[in-house]
Amino acid sequence: MSIHVREISKSFGSFKALDNVSLEVPEGTLLALLGPSGSGKTTLLRIIAGLEFADEGTIEEDGEDITGRHARQREVGFVFQHYALFRHMSVFENVAFGLRVRKVPQAEVKAKVEELLRLVRLEGLGGRKPAQLSGGQRQRVALARALAIRPKILLLDEPFGALDAKVRVELRQWLRRLHDEIGMTSVFVTHDQEEAFELADTVVVMNHGKIEQQGTPDEVFDHPATPFVMDFLGNVNVYHGRVENGRAFWHGIPIDYPEYPHAQAREARVYLRPHELEISAPAAVANRLGTSLPASILRVTRTGSITRVTCQPHGSEQELQVDVPTEVARRLQINLEPGTHVAITPRKARVFVPDPEYVI
Amino acid sequence: MAHTRRSTDHSKPLATLLVAAAVAVVGLLIVVPLASVFYEAFARGAGQWWKALADDPDTRHAIWLSLTVAPVAVAINTVFGIAAAWLVARFRFPGRSLLISLFDVPFSVSPVVAGLALVLIFGRQGVLGPALAWLDWKVIFAWPGLVLATTFVTLPLVVRELLPVMESIGPEEEMAAVSLGASGWQVFWRVTLPNIRWALLHGIVLANARAMGEFGAVYVVSGHIAGATDTMPLRVEKLFQEYRQPASMAVASVLAGLALITLVAKFIIERRLEAEARDLEANRSQTDSLDHTKVEGGVA
Repeated sequence: MSIHVREISKSFGSFKALDNVSLEVPEGTLLALLGPSGSGKTTLLRIIAGLEFADEGTIEEDGEDITGRHARQREVGFVFQHYALFRHMSVFENVAFGLRVRKVPQAEVKAKVEELLRLVRLEGLGGRKPAQLSGGQRQRVALARALAIRPKILLLDEPFGALDAKVRVELRQWLRRLHDEIGMTSVFVTHDQEEAFELADTVVVMNHGKIEQQGTPDEVFDHPATPFVMDFLGNVNVYHGRVENGRAFWHGIPIDYPEYPHAQAREARVYLRPHELEISAPAAVANRLGTSLPASILRVTRTGSITRVTCQPHGSEQELQVDVPTEVARRLQINLEPGTHVAITPRKARVFVPDPEYVI
Repeated sequence: MAHTRRSTDHSKPLATLLVAAAVAVVGLLIVVPLASVFYEAFARGAGQWWKALADDPDTRHAIWLSLTVAPVAVAINTVFGIAAAWLVARFRFPGRSLLISLFDVPFSVSPVVAGLALVLIFGRQGVLGPALAWLDWKVIFAWPGLVLATTFVTLPLVVRELLPVMESIGPEEEMAAVSLGASGWQVFWRVTLPNIRWALLHGIVLANARAMGEFGAVYVVSGHIAGATDTMPLRVEKLFQEYRQPASMAVASVLAGLALITLVAKFIIERRLEAEARDLEANRSQTDSLDHTKVEGGVA
């Protein structure tokens, strides 16, 4: 079932949680709402579920307006952040709840619940109480409980937030496989970009109640639409420079920016990801003067497959992160030690010019 | 904390002194007087005790009245307590904190004042007096007045027990139930009530104990009519004033016995409540830590 969110706004007192948000979720998509806390992503999820109501705007499911419909009639499966399992009920009764309130016959309930417990790999744990389960198991009970009512949409609020790193990665891959198997339209909220990029077909980056960017993980990662997205995706070198005549300048090195052909110089920010910078011996780039930056190494840290080199461009106070795959670093003809002189060449850079109205 | 305290030697004499003082106060003010009530009541044997209770029609009526007024007041309190606690725990609205403070008024107002206030409203000269006279409803000096006064003084007990429990449980389970298709009643019976049942029972037991023992407010609205509006505590006082000490002590021993039963019930319920609070804590634990829980369990 497809979801269409149209121009939704929602305020809590003077706080604007959602500001004219529109979003389309095609049938069968696994979509991530990614953003920092307070960006409105959970509010949007709850509005889609009918647990919260928008001040303005409409929600459609398969073209049918369901804006005013109560949560209990929406046929939406919702997995809560801390699972919200019924504490006094067994795992079996938790999963059976949605069927019991629908007065489904006992034999059918039993068959259905057992099937679901198998699906989430919790066979034999039906008699346990939620308090006797690990976090990952509770998470899967919550999922089975939501799936029991045969929802048309599955909504998950920070589904892996309360789990430790190893379980999180396992469950994430498992959820992706499960989604591919049952093909249900699913939306999940997360503040973890890795989770969003690994799991989702579509990533929606939110900030201050607005959608900053929507696209496939590759689109969002390779072509961040706004400085916020760039910043939020993290791990980026920012340089405050100028742009004029179709070129921006990064430490004096020109970077093409045809979107601004004017002669009048404007402030611009240049973003460079650590893995999109190349490090080499100064001699190796001597003939490419003006495209690489002379710098000195300040620190070197090895984190498994990546070697992170922190440099300082000559004549600058700024620090610059360069990530080199450890394999490549070993083959480099330079001494990766503090004090070594190197040349840094940007392979890719992004330029953002602030909105004209902010420019004096 | 407790462990460190116990093992530090220099605080031991002080601790011993304080414990002794506490035991002396509790013994002198609670245990000895209570024991002497039972001693006096049974001084002439169980037969005499039973005769004092069963052979006096006014005493019989007083026991009967207490056993009907208290449950009705407690029932009203239970319904009000659940509704009020749910309202205050689940919704934010202007005047919410004022409402919470108002719940406590019956605790801070003298019961006699509460009784007088009820007379001013429901009495023959009261605000609603003419309307009640026209309907031929007798409230003051009658059974409804006793229920009103008892309800008033016990009002905070149930709501005060439920409010913190409902707040700590949070609305998520109820929301989950709604998203799974449960109606309001289904949410209440299947999710909310099982979660608050021990706190509710605790409140009911306390409210019942208070209702049975209430004297001041009931004294004012009852008119103190023997065989008609005298409840057990009023009967105890009347018999005492009439120099019928053995009979008075017999009724008093029934009240004291009820108090002891309450105490035991309260003890059992409180242990259940603590267990539930631990469960809630375990359910909230942030990490995937079933193994850690086992280790901690072993240490504790």
